[in-house]
Amino acid sequence: MKFSVTVTLKKDVLDPQGKVVSQTLKNMGMTNLIQIRQGKFFEIDLDEKNPSKAQNQVKEMCEKLLSNQIIEDFKIKQKE
Amino acid sequence: MKSSVVVFPGSNCDRDIAVTLEKLQFKNTMVWHKETKLPKSDLIVIPGGFSYGDYLRSGAIAAKSNILNEVIKAGNDGSLIIGICNGFQILIECGLLQGALLRNFGLKFISKDIFIKIQSNKNKFFNKYKKDEVIKLNIAHNEGNFFTDKKHLKELEDNDLIPIKYCDEKGDITNLSNPNGSLNNIAGIFNKNKNILGMMPHPERMSDKICSDDSGLPLFLSLMK
Repeated sequence: MKFSVTVTLKKDVLDPQGKVVSQTLKNMGMTNLIQIRQGKFFEIDLDEKNPSKAQNQVKEMCEKLLSNQIIEDFKIKQKE
Repeated sequence: MKSSVVVFPGSNCDRDIAVTLEKLQFKNTMVWHKETKLPKSDLIVIPGGFSYGDYLRSGAIAAKSNILNEVIKAGNDGSLIIGICNGFQILIECGLLQGALLRNFGLKFISKDIFIKIQSNKNKFFNKYKKDEVIKLNIAHNEGNFFTDKKHLKELEDNDLIPIKYCDEKGDITNLSNPNGSLNNIAGIFNKNKNILGMMPHPERMSDKICSDDSGLPLFLSLMK
């Protein structure tokens, strides 16, 4: 079972990298850009056929290692 | 006094702090991260460096190593633990300390001497300093921008759990004297029981006048019984 996970900084946490990327794109002429938030992307392939079990396990991965919940949010998507 | 310095792949301040501790007659043991037992120690040190190349988040991988289970147990039982720089990041990632260390505000790796002001000396780590004393220490990090939620910040402030803040040479705590964007210029924090200290500046780099200065030495003298 395959999943994708995105981890992004929470809304009220400053994202200096995202700011620099956004400023650079504006300098390149993309003036209608409102903002960019940078994050991390994980592709997870799990040997588990039960969807709810797999989902829970990916959630556990996110909570225990892939994200730091004080500063980051995560989104899980099932791929197949 | 017995001390243990935990070593991870990528630690690079482990030997510096061992030299400091041995100079003060600590009986020090270097403990590899794969060990499952920690020697009996009066002080446990999580040293600076770049454990696991800072993969995922600084300190995140080291926080899941074998030896950290023992460090967490010891910390919860009241052992004295100090985490310096990457050690601070590891203590946060393993949950012994709260908050987060974000990328420096200016996005640059900063290696320079800075000043900190002692906010409180009524604890086991800073009792050989005077309150409001200004000392010079060195910082060298990319993720030292301390952040936490309002509730935790209030808890830190109300319980005297912020022992050191970044300041200028005169001791003024201002935005300009904040090297990395840390919330309220926080350079180090305690856990609730004040037996666990995390700090970004490196006291071990200022423990001998021959190398640089000895302004970090009183921290280690404070710990001695």
